[in-house]
Amino acid sequence: MKAALHTENGLIFCLSLLLLLLLIAVVLLKVKTSEVIKANKKLNITNESERFRQYIGNLDSKQIETYFKNKYPGKESAANAASKISMLRVFPALFSPVSLFAQSTASPATIFSETGFLIVITLVLIPILLGIVLMIIKVMNLLKQNRIRRSLEEAEKLARYMSSLPEEALSTTLIKRKQALDFRLTHSELAGHETAEDEKGLINIKSNTGLPVVAIKKKALKRPNIDPALTRLILWYIGTATFWLLFGTSIGEYLGIKFVAPDADHISWLSFGRLRPVHTNAVFWGWASLAMLGLGYYIVPMVSNTALYSIKKGWWTLILINLSVVLGSLLLMAGINNGGGEYREYIWPVMALFGIGLIITLNNFLKTIAKRTTREIYISNWYMVSAVIFALVIMIVAYLPFWQDGLGETIAQGYYMHQGVGMWFMLFTLGIVYYFLPQQLNKPIYSYSLGILAFWTQILFYTLIGSHHFVFSPIPWWLQTIAIVGSMGMIIPVAAGTTNFLMTFKGAWYKLPGSYTLPFFLVGIIFYFTGSMQGTAEAFRSTNLFWHFTDFTVAHSHMTMYGIICFFLWAGIYAVIPRLTGKEPPQITVGAHFWLALIGLLFYTVPLMYGSTLKGMMWVEGKPFIDGVAFMAPYWLWRAIGGSLMWFSHLFFAYNMYKMLAESNIPDVKDIALEKLKPQAPANL
Amino acid sequence: MELFDNHQTLFRTAFLFFAGLTVLVAIIPALNNQRNFAPLPNAEPLSEAAAKGKAIFIANGCVACHTQQVRNVDMDKVWGDRPSIAADYAGNHRTDFWRNTATLMGSERTGPDLTNIGKRQPGKEWNLVHLFNPRIVVGQSVMPAYSWLFEIKDSADKGDVLVNVPKEYLNGLQGKVVATPDALYLVAYLQSLKQTRLPDGNPAPEFLYKKEIKTTGDASKPAAADGVALYTANCQSCHQANGEGLKGAFPPLKGSPVVLNENPEQMINIILNGYTGRIQEGYGPMPAIGTLNNLSPEEITAIMNHEKSSWGNNGKPVTVEEVKKVADFLKITTAPK
Repeated sequence: MKAALHTENGLIFCLSLLLLLLLIAVVLLKVKTSEVIKANKKLNITNESERFRQYIGNLDSKQIETYFKNKYPGKESAANAASKISMLRVFPALFSPVSLFAQSTASPATIFSETGFLIVITLVLIPILLGIVLMIIKVMNLLKQNRIRRSLEEAEKLARYMSSLPEEALSTTLIKRKQALDFRLTHSELAGHETAEDEKGLINIKSNTGLPVVAIKKKALKRPNIDPALTRLILWYIGTATFWLLFGTSIGEYLGIKFVAPDADHISWLSFGRLRPVHTNAVFWGWASLAMLGLGYYIVPMVSNTALYSIKKGWWTLILINLSVVLGSLLLMAGINNGGGEYREYIWPVMALFGIGLIITLNNFLKTIAKRTTREIYISNWYMVSAVIFALVIMIVAYLPFWQDGLGETIAQGYYMHQGVGMWFMLFTLGIVYYFLPQQLNKPIYSYSLGILAFWTQILFYTLIGSHHFVFSPIPWWLQTIAIVGSMGMIIPVAAGTTNFLMTFKGAWYKLPGSYTLPFFLVGIIFYFTGSMQGTAEAFRSTNLFWHFTDFTVAHSHMTMYGIICFFLWAGIYAVIPRLTGKEPPQITVGAHFWLALIGLLFYTVPLMYGSTLKGMMWVEGKPFIDGVAFMAPYWLWRAIGGSLMWFSHLFFAYNMYKMLAESNIPDVKDIALEKLKPQAPANL
Repeated sequence: MELFDNHQTLFRTAFLFFAGLTVLVAIIPALNNQRNFAPLPNAEPLSEAAAKGKAIFIANGCVACHTQQVRNVDMDKVWGDRPSIAADYAGNHRTDFWRNTATLMGSERTGPDLTNIGKRQPGKEWNLVHLFNPRIVVGQSVMPAYSWLFEIKDSADKGDVLVNVPKEYLNGLQGKVVATPDALYLVAYLQSLKQTRLPDGNPAPEFLYKKEIKTTGDASKPAAADGVALYTANCQSCHQANGEGLKGAFPPLKGSPVVLNENPEQMINIILNGYTGRIQEGYGPMPAIGTLNNLSPEEITAIMNHEKSSWGNNGKPVTVEEVKKVADFLKITTAPK
């Protein structure tokens, strides 16, 4: 019974819904009809001529044009308009809405609960509802027809009114109105009508560029002409540096593969322990040092506003350093090294070649600065010349034999390996950034004082921190503590430098996407902060427990030497070479170089840091050593993958170097044309 | 400022600042260290063979992966009995006219620390096989194979040291694997790497950052030692993870009568004092691992019970008390030489 009751309720609900819909329909129709009636009354009451004048005032330009066109060739306009409007008559009234109400839903209550009855009711309701919808559409159409009819009548009257008006007056009004409506700016209000002329050579339109695959970057600006002899020297520095980058990282790539496939070869010259220093020394002394010096040979005379003291001496340094890396690599592979201290694996006669090269360059730089035509010494020169002086000090401390017995060797080693990184590579590269970053942003460095603060604090703190590579070793405890404190102090120069660079970027961020050097600078700045701060974090005694001796150190050194130094050097190289040779690298391969290097570096470092942290924790927990080795396998694989991407990026870089250096064999149309013009003159005489 | 605009004073100041700090943090400490420390009186100088081995160790850049320093932190206890001290390195001098001192402390521990490797892993056979290809004995190792320190001969000459290399590591070559003198020198160097005992009465520096000893509920009973981990660390490199040893070099523990013997005495004796009983069969002598690695009776018990119950072995477990009793008894019978 309850079920029946429910269906009864449901039926009542449906019926009331239907009634409600009917009610809404009735109200809607009532409103519409009263609207029409009101409009009709209004039409009859208001002053006709007033209304027509309003119509004329509202004519738009095209209508006015039509008026004149119709007026003068012939007067059939009204008929035309009528035929057009008649197309709108779509639905003539066919049947009366009254028929819809014929069916009643009233039925005896006793059979309300019968399923069959309910189905019938529903079936009946469907046409009723459809009928209501149709009725509404019909009524709307009727109303629309009514409106159309009235508009036509109105148009008829308007036409009659317009032809009754005095022709002169109407025409003048309409012409005036049309002129006002048609008013447009001529686009020469500000420019005038003179032909444009580029008197200052600012415009360089490149035709047939085609559809760009990558965003079009800004071209290198023409710089004051550089002595071709100096240009040749700089290009040789950077060219040989590129060779050592390819060589050194090919070795590094192979070493990374050896972690995954230790039986890749069984040749003594290629065994891991011998190749590892070949990789590190080739990228240090071959790639980074030569690239830095090459850029230095551009910057030092440039900011001194004078010529280089001696180009010939520059060649000597180039030859000596290249010789040193060739000999050093061969000797290391042959198993002759200095005793295992990192980055001083080259024996002293080999390193002496490098040292002599630096002495020659130092002399060259100092003499250039001595004959500078500016009063002040630009901060770049502070950094770069000091870096050369400090590198020489470091090498002398590392290679003189007087304090190298027992742990003396370890103390010298800690000092040397960290000063080499911080006082040679970092200091020199900062000098490069202080020149090229403002130049590329075309605005001065944010704060000269911050640069000076960073300079002196870098010397103060960096010099102290070498021993943090030997925390918990038997070297004096106080020396370890000084190193840790010094590492914390590094926050000052790093924060000062980062702030200075980022604030120089401020207000010029919009230049970033349009430049192919600035992204390299930005990545370098970011890693300068994160990489250096990571070094501070690693120096604490507590973090040494699980990070020291693991691959975390390897990840850190790549984040800094690669993320900071290499990115800054590439930025500098891409900034300077197009200015020397006038040839730009293809944008797409610069992009490939940038992204492969950046993504590769992240693939290299992030898994390695993660894995080695967990491995260090396994050591702290006292897990068997071999478990840690097995645990690292997937992270070493990631390192090899990241390393491969980095290596690929260097192939792109080498290609870009080639494109910036090589003579193009596709002739320049303009040059050839000029060439053809030249001999004609004497021949005619 | 005058300082900033005169290149001579500017660069001279920077140089002196840097050089002064260098003298303070590098040169003076290095000189002091060199002057104030001498090798321990009982330190053994390197033998001629070991010295040649050290040169090979340096030439091949082994320091890239192997440290030689036991830090004074608790986690480094596995690498030595005491933290390394400055005197341990004081005997290192300049190698020759061309090459600097090699203290070989290292900065990367991709492979294990070698400070005490001569004590921990003294077996010549193991070291030679491991050098030929580390993966023969340690499957997960990523160390390079130094097979170029070995020769392959059709027949061994008198005095040749033969190395038992499984066929699959010979790349199809036929013949006997013979260690070159260089391989033997290198092994001699590794065998010589042992921490010198401090002269009596001198306390060793402490290990810092001690792990808190975990207690299981009642404090009197320390947590049971982890037999699997101890086996991995102390036994696996010879007897292998599957307990099958290495044919012709290291005997299997799987199904071994010594391991399955109800009387644990012989097994405890071998662990504590080493074993030479099966040399005739071609197996190398077993070093006294238990004594060399300072394994406690609890740790020995855990290792024994792991070996007795793994790889299908089903021996009767031993208790710590039994092991202690036998160990005490052995101490009396095998009096110190």
